[in-house]
Amino acid sequence: MPKTLFDKIWDAHVVERLEDGTCVLYIDRHLVHEVTSPQAFEGLRMAGRKVRRVENTIAVVDHNVPTSPDRLTETNEPESALQIATLEQNVAEFGVKYFPMSDARQGIVHVVGPEQGISLPGMTIVCGDSHTSTHGAMGALAFGIGTSEVEHVLATQTLLQKPAKNMLVRVDGKLPAGCTGKDIVLAIIGKIGTGGGTGHVIEFAGEAIRALDMAGRLTVCNMSIEAGARAGLIAPDETTFEYIKGRPFAPKGADFDAAVAYWKTLPSDEGAHYDKVVVLDAAQIVPQVTWGTNPEAVIPITGTVPNPADEPDETKRAQMQRMLSYMALEPGQKIAGTKVDVVFIGSCTNSRIEDLRAAAAVAKGRHVAPGVRALVVPGSGLVKQQAEAEGTAQILIDAGFEWREAGCSMCLGMNPDKLTPGQRCASTSNRNFEGRQGPGGRTHLLSPAMAAAAAVTGALTDVRELV
Amino acid sequence: MDKFTTLTAVAAPLNVANVDTDKIIPARFLKTIKRTGLGKSLFADMRYNADGSEKPDFVLNQAKYRHAQILVAGDNFGCGSSREHAPWALLDFGIRCVIAPSFADIFFNNCFKNGILPIPLPEAEVAKLMDDAGLGTNARLTIDLERQVVVRPNGEEIGFEVDPFRKHCLLNGLDDIGLTLQHTAAISAYEAHQPAWTPKII
Ligand code: SF4
Repeated sequence: MPKTLFDKIWDAHVVERLEDGTCVLYIDRHLVHEVTSPQAFEGLRMAGRKVRRVENTIAVVDHNVPTSPDRLTETNEPESALQIATLEQNVAEFGVKYFPMSDARQGIVHVVGPEQGISLPGMTIVCGDSHTSTHGAMGALAFGIGTSEVEHVLATQTLLQKPAKNMLVRVDGKLPAGCTGKDIVLAIIGKIGTGGGTGHVIEFAGEAIRALDMAGRLTVCNMSIEAGARAGLIAPDETTFEYIKGRPFAPKGADFDAAVAYWKTLPSDEGAHYDKVVVLDAAQIVPQVTWGTNPEAVIPITGTVPNPADEPDETKRAQMQRMLSYMALEPGQKIAGTKVDVVFIGSCTNSRIEDLRAAAAVAKGRHVAPGVRALVVPGSGLVKQQAEAEGTAQILIDAGFEWREAGCSMCLGMNPDKLTPGQRCASTSNRNFEGRQGPGGRTHLLSPAMAAAAAVTGALTDVRELV
Repeated sequence: MDKFTTLTAVAAPLNVANVDTDKIIPARFLKTIKRTGLGKSLFADMRYNADGSEKPDFVLNQAKYRHAQILVAGDNFGCGSSREHAPWALLDFGIRCVIAPSFADIFFNNCFKNGILPIPLPEAEVAKLMDDAGLGTNARLTIDLERQVVVRPNGEEIGFEVDPFRKHCLLNGLDDIGLTLQHTAAISAYEAHQPAWTPKII
């Protein structure tokens, strides 16, 4: 029977199938960070258990770290410092490989995995973080788990799971200039909704997906969780293999060739069955921006804020009204021209070198608008170094952006980088929930180029007018 | 993990769709290395004013719902992050069962690991239970996991689906890790057959 990419990876990792269909699923890569692991290590310790496979496990700090230039010497918030210190004790005690803040390889866990060649095609990858779906861009089955499951994987190197359903999202045609992977995925979520992928693993395919570089693919898979999907996947191809070659933890020499030979068997078979299929035309996509407090509340930058009066469903109408009042927007108002206070370029969605280059291309020769605070937070120390070496950083600095150290930063209000109540932010992150970037903060999700355009004009702007 | 067998309790109505995990427990409360003590921060931004005082309108601040152990909620409950702090906060507050038309996957999964029973039911059934919950302490719901029914105050029974394995674990308060460790030999056999090129993180 023809199989999908998901079916193939799943079948290759079933250790045992229990009577009721639950599978003991083997986990190849376990990524650990400071926020969702303390209780898991504590559980192991109390039960007298070990980490079953330290060689499958990597730990990094990202959520709570400050991103200020002098962060190694300044004092962190005490509770954050305790979480970081707890992780450091745990990795030392259990023998897990770890990238501390002082290591250039430190960064957001979902940037570090692919960058280091730790996340590879055909693997099962988990992390106590919902955006683990990012690694699906490598052609891996990658999904977020809770802390009890983190403990389960540490102790057994497996999870108890039932297979998800298969969903295909095909994006045909060519993406217009000024649009990116971010615009594709926002358009997809706008179409299928935040619950559109629930219970499914989404495979992204089609000409426009194939044409994306790895950074763009990672952005698309990153946000598959915002459509409710268990995971997102893109079949590995030459772009993938080229990206992996030579990365520190990737197979080398003859091993690499053997790996590629296997990886080439992974793409879905002709005629494989999908439980759900959605098709989009890339040519119709316009740069996207969210107006509400969930990622499906998205419109083209050329659009207007929807009017709740047009919504027949009462619950949805009430929700729209609440979103509008939280976001301080009027129905029917043009979204372009909305003034912003803060611009955030970063997060596991858009903090790779390609993202910073896209922002720099717009910022070059321009300056951040008066009264706007604009932050650029590279996804890892290595991305930061590369941007500095090639001049991308200098362009952004000259344009008046703050150039910071790697971490999750203003993607979530957990570290010193936060919005203050009422501030409006153009953000390249993935969640615009109420209070996500700080209590009372108002978030508009968009691409790095669009964020840079907002920074230099001081308002939400169609980037195509600037290039 | 505490067993879940039957529960008769007040249900709190929270008729909001897409209640995300940032609403259930905002990120600033995740800086703990413990599982307990999060109940006071449950729904913090919906429940408290900026000065820390309670918002009297919020359902769990009303006298009749302060000891609610069941939550009846809108569609796509628990969407967003994988933080297990969300079920920990619900549990610490005292909630043992959430009923909604649908749940986000990770949250749904996390509930079972903590002895909370999430029950997805069709919209029409949830609407009835939402009405019951609106009656406060006068109308307790009974959840009978063994028989897989929700019993309304008027005696009507609404059946629900639950995965047999998860039901077994909840009824007996079983820890997954202990169960999986019974498969250690199979896991070792699997590891022995991994391709030679599989790199190690060392
Ligand atoms: S960057 Fe944001 S979404 Fe990504 S892992 Fe960090 S907090 Fe989560």
